[in-house]
Amino acid sequence: MARRNPARDALIDPLFNNNPIALQVLGICSALAVTTRMDTALVMSIAVVGVTMSSNFFVSVLRHHIPTNIRIIVQLTIIASLVIVVDQVLKAYLFEISQQLSVFVGLIITNCIIMGRAEAYAMQNPPAMSLIDGLGNGLGYGAILMGTAALRELFGFGSLFGTQVLPLASDGGWYPPNGLMVLSPSAFFIIGFFIWALRTWKPEQAESD
Amino acid sequence: MHASVLYNLAFAALVCVVCAVFVSSSAVSLRDLQAANEALEKQRNVLVAAGLATSDERPSAAEIAERFNAINQVVIDLDTGEEVAGVDPDLFDQRAAAAGAETGRPAPDNPARVQRLPRQALVYELRDAGGQLDLVILPINGMGLWSTLYGFIAIDADLITVRGITYYEHLETPGLGGEVDNPRWKALWPGRRAFGDDGAVSIEVIRGRAGAPEADPYRVDGLAGATMTSRGVTNMLHFWLGEHGFRPYLDRLRGREGA
Repeated sequence: MARRNPARDALIDPLFNNNPIALQVLGICSALAVTTRMDTALVMSIAVVGVTMSSNFFVSVLRHHIPTNIRIIVQLTIIASLVIVVDQVLKAYLFEISQQLSVFVGLIITNCIIMGRAEAYAMQNPPAMSLIDGLGNGLGYGAILMGTAALRELFGFGSLFGTQVLPLASDGGWYPPNGLMVLSPSAFFIIGFFIWALRTWKPEQAESD
Repeated sequence: MHASVLYNLAFAALVCVVCAVFVSSSAVSLRDLQAANEALEKQRNVLVAAGLATSDERPSAAEIAERFNAINQVVIDLDTGEEVAGVDPDLFDQRAAAAGAETGRPAPDNPARVQRLPRQALVYELRDAGGQLDLVILPINGMGLWSTLYGFIAIDADLITVRGITYYEHLETPGLGGEVDNPRWKALWPGRRAFGDDGAVSIEVIRGRAGAPEADPYRVDGLAGATMTSRGVTNMLHFWLGEHGFRPYLDRLRGREGA
């Protein structure tokens, strides 16, 4: 039996064993909205990783000083500030993608994963571990996002990262794009299939009746 | 930790101040870059509408600036269509003008659901080496299904024929209404006639397919699955090319260029 390494667990666990989307069912809203194309999903994932890491870190640093009865609003203030800065940086350096992400960067503030990890983990654990936990959860979110985006872009537009893979019928190819894939409900189905696959692989994740 | 009311207040105030300084310093330090990006994006779209750039290519800032030199920006009075002197077009913000109490006014009820009209508007004229008008580019906006679409339409020097259309800002459904950005759909526009022989705005986005521009000059293919966005495009063209929009300006050009 290998000895358990807490830092490694904090990083790896959220990817499969305790995935924020698949098991905790947090952050679904943005997973529906920004997964029509892989490039926007990638930027969104990076933005969320950045924000979860830094919000976890700052909340953890302050955890002994934050008064219990105003802790949620303090966490929210920290998260909101970080998200606004990320939005500003995107507008300055990745203008095109920030236009496609539009309001969804701002909505990272309401992404339950970030607040959930700040409240559930960073308030109890030291900064370094909280940073790793934020990284792990951000990556867990990003993994589902990228998987969903890959399927949606491939079947909805016939492309991956904007590069045409399946020649479209309208361009003289053979692939008629699936319109459902570009609409939000398809993300529900795809995430549902991911959860199904994950729980078939790891039956202990299924809720008991 | 449980703390006194005073501690709570002091802590909250401190967090606010630190976060505010952090946010505002980043906003201020990045503002110039962002403004430059927005200006470039708008100029790039003017170039696309003018046919000086394709929608696929991503010209660099220097290329955009160089090609944009060919275009003459003109601030006009929307009611009279006359050029307004003494306004720097680079600093003129038509959307801010429409929203301002002094610089704008409520628009008459219209199907494009344009809420406010600016008193002055920014148009773009492309002239050849001899100063002859080649085309004009007019800003357009109006409601689609979810959002207001902002774009440009380019009209030939005959002031009837469409040379191109492009949208630079909208939140329509990707793949459906969002297909207003599709280069193949935009390619259907050049050669269509915006105005009928009686001078009325006659161009229309229909349901289904229209013919070639020569055979079917007043109709454009609808966007499949996006009836509301298609109708929005028709409505905004009828509004902006009509009497409350750029009609006076186009009439003035007709008089002058025709003479």
